[in-house]
Amino acid sequence: MSAMLSVVQPTSTWYLVLSAVLFGIGTIGVMVRRNPLIMFMCIELMLNAVNLSFVALSSQIANIDGQVAVFFVLVVAAAEVVVGLGIIVSIMRRRTTLTVDDMSGLKG
Amino acid sequence: MELFVFVVAAAMVLAGALGVVTRSNPVHAAMSLVLTLFGIAVMFVAHNAHFLAAVQVIVYAGAIVVLFLFVIMLLGVDKAEDLSVEPITNQRPLAAIIGVGISAIVIAAIVSSRAGLGAAGEGVNETTVDSPDANIRQLARVIFSDNVFAFEITSVLLLVAVVGTVVMARKTKSVGTGK
Repeated sequence: MSAMLSVVQPTSTWYLVLSAVLFGIGTIGVMVRRNPLIMFMCIELMLNAVNLSFVALSSQIANIDGQVAVFFVLVVAAAEVVVGLGIIVSIMRRRTTLTVDDMSGLKG
Repeated sequence: MELFVFVVAAAMVLAGALGVVTRSNPVHAAMSLVLTLFGIAVMFVAHNAHFLAAVQVIVYAGAIVVLFLFVIMLLGVDKAEDLSVEPITNQRPLAAIIGVGISAIVIAAIVSSRAGLGAAGEGVNETTVDSPDANIRQLARVIFSDNVFAFEITSVLLLVAVVGTVVMARKTKSVGTGK
């Protein structure tokens, strides 16, 4: 058992497959859940899946640019969360329930 | 040892992700999100991305999740919602099919193209005892030389986001008068 543990090493393919699974879970969450806060969290899951694949590929092809991309993704995600939560707070001023089905005011 | 780290971190990531999707209480979902983010940070460390792991913990687990919890408490939606109703017919099976399909397509692409990826760049510095700041030095050199324009644009983006949120969330005194 310990010999097998020392032989099997996780390659970056493992990390990429994990990130694909994480992205799929986030996609399902965005499509299934109706609470906009939870949908935001699922978008964060998808962003983190992409970050993980960036870092895994960065170490596989031995290039630091993947980590730089993750740095920018982190900053943009922070800005996105700030604006999105501001929108949710201002929507909740006018109504009582927090469900995306009720926010159909712009529907044609 | 690396296998052990990978298995534990992957279990954290997947358990947290499933928790975010399935928990009915938004506070529990935010806590599950913290679990996922810590798992991702562990994987960053496993790939010698120490600076990103620290930023992940500080920005994501520290700032973003606290912001989520703050909004949950501010809006008073920290009650479990009823997940048994399904307003759109067959929404969940279709969503599961699409999500699993996206994952399957990406995994198939990864597995079929894994042989073509070799070490092509100039290398990622490994953090050692002798040079504990190797990763952060290399990252800073690339960010402040090749990507300095993108860095400045990012700071403008953050400023715009902050000002925009303040304008949006501020209580306007003259609602309906057009001013």
